[in-house]
Amino acid sequence: MSKVIIPKDLPTVKVFAIKEGTVVDHIKAGNALKIIRILNLADNQKVVTVGLNLSSKTLGLKDIIKVEKRELTADEISRVAILAPQATINIVRNYKIDKKFQAEMPKVIEYVVVCPNPKCLTNNESVPTKFNVAFKADGIRLKCHYCEKIFREHEIVSYKNN
Amino acid sequence: MPKPSFKNRSIISIQELTKEEILYVLKKAAELKKKPQPKLLEKYVLGSCFFEPSTRTRLSFETAMQRLGGRVVGFADAGVTSAKKGETIYDSIKIIGQYVDVIAMRHPIEGSARRASEATDKPILNGGDGANQHPTQTLLDLFTIQETQKKLNSLSIALVGDLKYGRTTHSLAQALAHFNARLYFVAPESLQMPGYISDELKDKGVKFTCHDKIESVINKIDILYMTRIQSERFTDQMEYERVKNAFVLDVKMLDKVKSNLKIMHPLPRINEIALEVDKTKHAYYFQEAENGLYVRQALLALVLGKR
Repeated sequence: MSKVIIPKDLPTVKVFAIKEGTVVDHIKAGNALKIIRILNLADNQKVVTVGLNLSSKTLGLKDIIKVEKRELTADEISRVAILAPQATINIVRNYKIDKKFQAEMPKVIEYVVVCPNPKCLTNNESVPTKFNVAFKADGIRLKCHYCEKIFREHEIVSYKNN
Repeated sequence: MPKPSFKNRSIISIQELTKEEILYVLKKAAELKKKPQPKLLEKYVLGSCFFEPSTRTRLSFETAMQRLGGRVVGFADAGVTSAKKGETIYDSIKIIGQYVDVIAMRHPIEGSARRASEATDKPILNGGDGANQHPTQTLLDLFTIQETQKKLNSLSIALVGDLKYGRTTHSLAQALAHFNARLYFVAPESLQMPGYISDELKDKGVKFTCHDKIESVINKIDILYMTRIQSERFTDQMEYERVKNAFVLDVKMLDKVKSNLKIMHPLPRINEIALEVDKTKHAYYFQEAENGLYVRQALLALVLGKR
């Protein structure tokens, strides 16, 4: 994919500022809409603004989500950390960043990830998925609680909708 | 050191057992092999729930229970149960758990035994959940290795055949990580040990190498663990025809092996061990199958609180 060069004289704010709420920044490009679905962000009639494929120094391309009048908790962010391991979360109050924290990968990921093993129980019966997370030098490993298969991050391709 | 506690505990995966716990099960199995206890589990009932075909595992669980004085109810075909009507594993086992004291089960879906253990407070003994785990097989394999070699530590062991899909070789390799084994994986490239297992072994410091011929390792090993190469695993039947005979053991290959070498096989065997090998002092697969009885007796006794 060729990188879009943005002229320096253009305004830098591409997604408008919010007065109260949460900005989830540095989401891996392509994952913002999944996060919105998983956390049901679009269902509570609050304004949600999404930026897709924005230029990022660290990620190349990134997504961003701004949710008005709702402060996401560290636990909620942790649920979707697999989709946004480098995300920064800004809690905005009166147009100012009041609190800022990083997404933290949990030791156990429940409900969110679909097990890539088609023979796993979770793909055959209606059972919530559960993965234990191990941290290795070359990335994380997810071990399915049921079928016991171990997956690298790039092998996780499918996520539950909510 | 205090005795490990197994009471009311499900045995789902070999990975959940510590080295001490494995050794304790083997010790209990050796005691029961030496001295039968026909009244140990009187008044207890085993639910033998086999949702998929089994010969050795089911019959050895059932005879193990009966030889300890217990009784058995169950089924050997999911077609005669509510599973056929679409009942979930959770519901089936929750109900069966209300009737019996312990459940031995086999099911084709990976993770089914774990799910079953969440449905009941009665202990579940996993007799195989798809291609995932078969911990009682691994324990009887370890028992047999110990019986034939008089030790478990620092042995050279070759695992041969379908290492990609074979649950017995995965679990055995994982268990041998406790015992400083030198492992040789002998398989066609397309059926070699999966990356997630070999990564795990590397993390635990297990020494292993991969080979494509039995002959390249057979003279330096203590245990030759044969498994069947299954034609249905190949998308290309030509490839199957090409590799199948490279993993057949015949008598000539035993000429220069170590005198203590024992050949094991989880069975059933098709053609991967020539019949004349049965008569050699190295063949031990039938005794291995017999040992399943004692190991399953030990597990039934332990999870029902008999130490």
